[in-house]
Amino acid sequence: MDVAEHSKEPMITLQNVSKQYRQHYAVDSLNLSVNKGESLALIGHNGAGKTTLLKLILGLTRPNAGSIKVNGQVPSQTSDRESIAFLPEIVAFPQSMTGMELIRFYARLKNRPESECYKLLELVGLTDAASQKVETYSKGMRQRLGLAQALLGEPELILLDEPTSGLDPSLRKKFYNIIEDCKSNGATILISSHALSEIETRIDRIAILKRGRLVIHGTLDELRTVADLPVQIRVSTLPGQTPIVSDLLKPETPWRKFNDHCIEFDCHQDDKLRVIKNLSQIPSGLVDIEVLPPRLDDLYIHFAGEENEL
Amino acid sequence: MKPILVMALAEVQEGIRNRWVIASILLLLVLSTSLTLLGSTPVGVIKASQLSVTMVSLTSLSIYLIPLIALMLAFDSIVGESERGTLLLLLTYPIRRWQIILGKFLGHLSILAIAILLGYGVVALYFAIEGVGTIQEWLGYLSMMGSSLLLGAVFIALGYLVSVIVQQRATATGISLALWLFIVVFYDLILLGMLLADKNHIIQSKLLAVLILFNPADVYRLFNLTGSDVATLASGMSGVTQSDVLAPLTLIVTLILWLIIPLMLSITIFQKREV
Repeated sequence: MDVAEHSKEPMITLQNVSKQYRQHYAVDSLNLSVNKGESLALIGHNGAGKTTLLKLILGLTRPNAGSIKVNGQVPSQTSDRESIAFLPEIVAFPQSMTGMELIRFYARLKNRPESECYKLLELVGLTDAASQKVETYSKGMRQRLGLAQALLGEPELILLDEPTSGLDPSLRKKFYNIIEDCKSNGATILISSHALSEIETRIDRIAILKRGRLVIHGTLDELRTVADLPVQIRVSTLPGQTPIVSDLLKPETPWRKFNDHCIEFDCHQDDKLRVIKNLSQIPSGLVDIEVLPPRLDDLYIHFAGEENEL
Repeated sequence: MKPILVMALAEVQEGIRNRWVIASILLLLVLSTSLTLLGSTPVGVIKASQLSVTMVSLTSLSIYLIPLIALMLAFDSIVGESERGTLLLLLTYPIRRWQIILGKFLGHLSILAIAILLGYGVVALYFAIEGVGTIQEWLGYLSMMGSSLLLGAVFIALGYLVSVIVQQRATATGISLALWLFIVVFYDLILLGMLLADKNHIIQSKLLAVLILFNPADVYRLFNLTGSDVATLASGMSGVTQSDVLAPLTLIVTLILWLIIPLMLSITIFQKREV
């Protein structure tokens, strides 16, 4: 969906928000806003402040400085929570209750009818396990039950903390489909994740956090422009003929040879078309040319640095 | 009101599921029936019926058991949920923190009420069928059941207080156990020791009465053992009742304060707790 289609009304606004635990800043002078109907990914190392940020937005903890508005209200213990949903990183439920009993408990708290419980359990594929105790559930099943509770009452704002850890690939796909449905119904989505390759195509904007500070935020394309990382060009040739490519490159261009028929080199974004044109003029021996733009993983490492820098 | 009821219902449901309810009922039932059987042996020259004797014996044992059951129901409530991670999600729901505490309280109190009603009620039923006891004795027995519930409520509230203060479940277990030992065992021993050591009679009977009010278990004991003449006779507590500080109404009000203050404190501390 195009960003221009969204109403520009903000769902979440954070101004100069800081949260300090003793000497340590979990969130440090953070400015960020998320418009209604938009989806934003929060990425960062463990301990970069993602979960604290979610807690601040949920009103579970108060900032030491700055202001937070969620749907026009200051989030607090007393704010209206009927339209906000949360899926914690570690989904925990009272073990001795069944899946159905739990979802019914949460539905009652949100004033939702029981029929919705059946519908949601069906949606996440837990109908058969509904009368089993949660202690018998696998991690994936608990995660799905967590998703089911988060979808109660068609929330306007959905906060997801590492939602797909523990899900197998087919469930992940299903999970993102469900989230996309919510989004097309107008929900605002905030998702904290390490699964960068999964989310990069599924969200509108990305915010990279490092040590409680916002390093950068924008669309994937905006991040690419700012980072100015080279694209990678991978060329396949007939066996043993990689020199037809490497000979063509400028001497200062580093290249990597995977085997006797595949070679890869970096190329500046602006230079890309010229290089491809040159390559296409090679008379024979070329099999394939792949252009790989920098992926979110690369951007993430560019902006947030390596994990051990912490 | 609705979130409180939803919370209470969930607590009762969980109590049934993890067998707390049945365990408490059985414990109290075994206790009351065995005491009734023991109590049917001749009671000598004391002019008291079996009902009063049973009531007095039940009171003496309830002092230990009811607080223990109540603390075990309650100590885990907040810190346990916090440690298991269920609290985080619950707090994002449209339920306020005071509603969580009151809901849990209502649920735990119901569990205890069911246990007391069945555990002590079966014996009462037996006496009723046998036609034992005067109206006054029956009132005594019923007020013993009621005040047992109140005593339980006090300790549920104390359990919450422990639960909202500490950060780890293991700490809560330890503190609850220590609290129980101190209130139902050591407090009286210390009091007794002080009286014995007090050769110059510095501790007046008024002061002693006040010291007794500072212990909810003692308040409960006095309320039941001095509540009626018959009970006083049966329990041999006639000496203590001289003080008007310890009138039944004062005792009940004190117990209610012992319930309300820790409960309010728990809510206040829970409101400020970081999750």
